[in-house]
Amino acid sequence: MTATDALIKCLEMEGVTHVFGYPGVAICPFYDSILNSSIKTILVRQEQNAAHEASGYARVTGKAGVAVVTSGPGATNLITGIATAFADSIPLVCITGQVNSELMGSDVFQEADISGACESFVKYSYIVRDPNEIPRIIKEAFYIATSGRKGPVLIDLPIDVQMAEIRKFSYPEEANIRTYKPTVEGHAVQIRKVLRALKNARRPIICAGGGVHLSGAKEEVRRFVEENEIPLVCTMMGLGTLPTDHPLFYGMVGNNGQVYGNRAMNDADVVLMVGARVADRSITQPDLITENKVLVHIDVDPAEIGKNAGPTIPLVGDIKNIFEHFNQKVIEADYTDWIDRLDGYKDDGMNARTRTVYGDEDDGNPDTVAPSFFIRELSRAMKKDAVYVADVGQNQMWSCANVRIREGRFLTSGGMGTMGYAVPAALGAKIGAPDKQVVAVCGDGGFQMTMMELATLKQYDVHVKIVVLHNGVLGLVRQYQHFTYKDRFSVINLDGSPDLEKLSAAYGIPYLRISDEADMLDKIDAFLATDETMLLEVMVDPNSLA
Amino acid sequence: MKRIYSVLVENRAGVLCKVAGLFWRRCFNIDSLAVGETDDRKVSNMIIVSAGDKRTLEQIEKQLNKKLDVIKVKTFDETESINRELLLLKVKYNRTTRRDIMENCDIMGAQIVDMSSTTMMIQMCDTPERVQIFLNSLKGISIVEISRTGTLAMMKCSDNK
Repeated sequence: MTATDALIKCLEMEGVTHVFGYPGVAICPFYDSILNSSIKTILVRQEQNAAHEASGYARVTGKAGVAVVTSGPGATNLITGIATAFADSIPLVCITGQVNSELMGSDVFQEADISGACESFVKYSYIVRDPNEIPRIIKEAFYIATSGRKGPVLIDLPIDVQMAEIRKFSYPEEANIRTYKPTVEGHAVQIRKVLRALKNARRPIICAGGGVHLSGAKEEVRRFVEENEIPLVCTMMGLGTLPTDHPLFYGMVGNNGQVYGNRAMNDADVVLMVGARVADRSITQPDLITENKVLVHIDVDPAEIGKNAGPTIPLVGDIKNIFEHFNQKVIEADYTDWIDRLDGYKDDGMNARTRTVYGDEDDGNPDTVAPSFFIRELSRAMKKDAVYVADVGQNQMWSCANVRIREGRFLTSGGMGTMGYAVPAALGAKIGAPDKQVVAVCGDGGFQMTMMELATLKQYDVHVKIVVLHNGVLGLVRQYQHFTYKDRFSVINLDGSPDLEKLSAAYGIPYLRISDEADMLDKIDAFLATDETMLLEVMVDPNSLA
Repeated sequence: MKRIYSVLVENRAGVLCKVAGLFWRRCFNIDSLAVGETDDRKVSNMIIVSAGDKRTLEQIEKQLNKKLDVIKVKTFDETESINRELLLLKVKYNRTTRRDIMENCDIMGAQIVDMSSTTMMIQMCDTPERVQIFLNSLKGISIVEISRTGTLAMMKCSDNK
């Protein structure tokens, strides 16, 4: 049995169903062996998308996504995708081909030190020297990627190691790494302290981050919130913890969040940060968060606790595990006055929205639609458990402020803010959850970064709904230049962009276009009526601000 | 604030690079770094001396613990440990400076371990502070080459542990 035969057997035993990648000479032994396997291969059109697709797949399945590419440029193209996954703690196992191990270090054709290049944004990396180590390494890689604080693991595999014969194949039952024992179980004393702090609180709030989804703790958190009637806000990565119209949900915090969400955070006396990093986008002044407040920080990664703000009560562990403990008893407290106050904030916020200059449902331009109005109506029309994938830029801001999530998911590149994430991540999500409706929403800048994946969608008959908000500019940069550089616009025009109708036709994908609020709802219905892949171009005024 | 980290790591290729890279990427200082094998050949010990505010020093420990090649991190300050540094120093000498150099060596407990007709090599093993004092005392002497190990440190003996 060759090393790659063994490797594929290991992947099968890990329950891998799909491999996203791009072959090249240095990974050909792998792609030869996989022909004998039931694992499906997805040929991406550029390697970065392999990592994004694996990421979308991982986020809806909870399993590690797998990307397999060749050495040199194949591996370096993957880097942005790995860094994107690392920033959002998405479990990936990335396998890169490498030149012959005897030639490593001599700068031969298509050699790149990929493990060195990725060191600061992988959870761990391996360079395989001994083919007999492959079963242990694969077992460890999947364990590392999917446990503790999740993240990408890189395995660099020289071609001679791939072709070597393996003496005896046996796949280990479990990974045993003496240096890696993530804390799952929350400390009982700390848990009691948190519950006591909540009992004594008058104005408690939970701020849910991406860790809630990563831990699969949505149900547990929701139960805790509902049984104890504690209000909840979230970060962008935490969107979807509660349905958008849940009475105890008070919006997203941060500089792109809702005013009433931020007011709720500011006024609280006990804040539970749950699986959130207290990062700069959500908490602009982390030092202030501990002023006059009890800050409880719950995270599986002890290094996140105290990194940006010193908590009053640190609690390390898996969120699902911790909330299962929390849910064993109802807290004897009454926060009704606090909730009344927050409801007032929320009403003020909703009223303010409808009082904007053009109202909220018309942008004042006859040839374009108001993007926030469009997103609200789109997400309203989507299936209850749909997956909404937002790209990066104004479209992301409009999305997170206006999307209506019920039982579905909201995916986006939060930490890294990688443009072009939406289309490939949506493709991966649809493969991971074929029964779910998957909608990607991008701008015309981000779309053009990864639109080559339309071919992948076509080739594998994957059905994704793609929305392109077309304003002809890099909107978020333009908006920044509008405010910061007083309309001195620099390098933001997307002149020369393709006609998306013709582009869709070239890929054999049906196309729709919305340029007027009048027929917007009908077009949205038509867009979502079928299951097939479709591209919806939505004309947006470049002056629309997010 | 100074802090010493005694870090047990897997003795594998690339581990030094990963640990040093962590300090570089997160903008932590390294005042000194000394690495060597332990009694177990599969394990190396790194002694890292760093400085920073309280939060930075705590982050260094947490981030080190997060590295999958790190087995154990012990941290202490200089007063809790015995600290040593080894210095090898090659200086030029002549008839007028020779006596001075030898006296300084005598006073500070350094030894002359090699010599030629124009240069001599001095060895000193002492606390990092005393090594620095010795170096300062050689002002006016022409130094050809210096090699220092960086601080080695170990927690003081205690009957409790």
